Amino acid sequence: MKKPHVVVIGGGATGAALAHDLTLRGLRVTVVERGEVTSGTTGRHHGLLHSGARYAVKDQESAKECIEENMILRKIAPGSFELNNGLFVAITDEDMAYRPAFLEGLETCGIPYKEITPQEALAREPNLNPAVKAAVEVPDGTMDAMRLPLRFLATAQQHGAVVLTYTEVEEILMQGKAVVGVRVRDHVTEKTYNIGADLVVNAGGAWSGKIAALAGVHVPLQPSPGVLVAVYGRWNNMVLNRMHRSGDGDIIVPQRTLSVIGTSSWVVEDPDKLEMKKEHIQLMYDYGAQLVPAIRNAKLRAAWAAARPLIGSEGGAQTGRELSRTFKCFDHAERDGVEGFVTIAGGKATTARGMAEVTANVVVQKLGLDAPCRTREVVLLPHTAYYRRRM
Amino acid sequence: MAEVTFKIYRYKPGAIDPPRYDTFKLDVEAHETVLDILERLRLDDPTLTYRHSCHHGSCGTCGMMVNGKEVLACVTRVLDLGTETVVVEPLRHLPLVSDLVVDMTPFFEKYEPIGMPYLRESEYLPEGQPPPEVGTYMRFESCLECGLCLSACPVVGTDPAYLGPAALAAAARVVQEPRGQDVARVLQMVDTEQGCWRCHSAMECSEVCPNDVDPGGMIMYLRRELLTGKTLSGGKR
Repeated sequence: MKKPHVVVIGGGATGAALAHDLTLRGLRVTVVERGEVTSGTTGRHHGLLHSGARYAVKDQESAKECIEENMILRKIAPGSFELNNGLFVAITDEDMAYRPAFLEGLETCGIPYKEITPQEALAREPNLNPAVKAAVEVPDGTMDAMRLPLRFLATAQQHGAVVLTYTEVEEILMQGKAVVGVRVRDHVTEKTYNIGADLVVNAGGAWSGKIAALAGVHVPLQPSPGVLVAVYGRWNNMVLNRMHRSGDGDIIVPQRTLSVIGTSSWVVEDPDKLEMKKEHIQLMYDYGAQLVPAIRNAKLRAAWAAARPLIGSEGGAQTGRELSRTFKCFDHAERDGVEGFVTIAGGKATTARGMAEVTANVVVQKLGLDAPCRTREVVLLPHTAYYRRRM
Repeated sequence: MAEVTFKIYRYKPGAIDPPRYDTFKLDVEAHETVLDILERLRLDDPTLTYRHSCHHGSCGTCGMMVNGKEVLACVTRVLDLGTETVVVEPLRHLPLVSDLVVDMTPFFEKYEPIGMPYLRESEYLPEGQPPPEVGTYMRFESCLECGLCLSACPVVGTDPAYLGPAALAAAARVVQEPRGQDVARVLQMVDTEQGCWRCHSAMECSEVCPNDVDPGGMIMYLRRELLTGKTLSGGKR
């Protein structure tokens, strides 16, 4: 029997992990991405391998997903993370008031932690605000936002996946109420052509609402941008987080030779029109300096905005902070009566593999196959393998 | 805010062939980078192709020529260039794919076999005491794999067989901090006519490197290591 063919729309973290999962289950996969891979939200994220601690109080579903995936990624992508752990630090009395709920949340979500004294925290991180009142160590880490997805894509390519960059979906091809492929525009050759598919998965992240609309269906997606600021120098080696309810500029992720402070949060309708809020740059400096005072004088390398793909409440979100970071897979046959079309939305870079597993489960079930997930065990090729010449 | 004219190189095999320059006049704000401008232009022209990902000089994808010099577009603020016209072109010495996109395959064909581990010890904040379960603070290697050094190197331009500054700098990092890699193997790879001895010491690579890898200095380091022979004979680093 000919292998079923799945078209994945979107070459970000989700599409990359999904291509890997589906090829391991024996399917033919084509990934279409309108730009360079990871050029949407994925490449621009904070670079944080979440322990889940950030969500341990208010968003426990996402927190549990994060810690589970964090542990899996360490096994399948060795060498891809700065595994220096993270600290949640209380600076003010208000932070201290959050501490009991925070510790309880870590317990509930199964996130390993160790409370250390303020003196120990300052010994670990000499630039930390000396006003630190309490500190909790968790298995946060740093990832390279582009190179982890490249490892998924490299391994998928080794198993036959085809990745088409600069290839934009113009139309979702339908036969009656069933999706049968996509019509794409190749921005390199300026040619337009059809790609047939047994099933199409919309992994467009913040753009998945726009893509779903091409098939005449709706997904409750809320693009929620945030500003991030990278400064020269590593002002800390562990990931530093503020021990309080998730807010602005309360994480400093050291990465390579930089430190990245983030983020802010607002909501937009169109992820292509992010309108970088330049006043947020100073905000990131101000908030970052509450964790590491020396950040105030650190030289700016870059400031940018990235759109989180959050699953929206139909009531309309104000800032995006109130929305869960969990993910959801929509089978549009069940939801909208459109066969052969699945959307995976929400989630985080840390949970991309888990999102892919859930989505691939739906895909194989819809195609009537019995093929279990193998991505929890298979060690990924190095990111450099993505660029290997192919036949 | 100032008005700037942008001349953008356009090429698509068989479609925009021979290449041409598209010209745009835009009001630019102080914080806007060359990449921000390309993103603005693409809203009106989705056929404009360029590589980009992290937007903060960490992924190394947006290397291009701006006013004739190799830069990362995401950390190049337009008004800092101080020119009324800004010319944007693809990197040199790599196969052109489309517009500002080059094919990085030849870069990685030289770079990947060196086998440089992606993690190194963090030299930052040496007084910081890592948690016992961490052991040593680690960080990613400085090389962004952006290809600016290859584009700037006059030898790469004339001799495609040359290993090139990025691969040689990676080799030097393995010699400095082997992390389980076979140093003798790596030294053998670079101790060739097309290896570290091919460099003319133009030092353009170190000039354009966006992350202070100093490939030129690293090539000189390899030569010293090979000339003194201590690494080969010692073999226990």
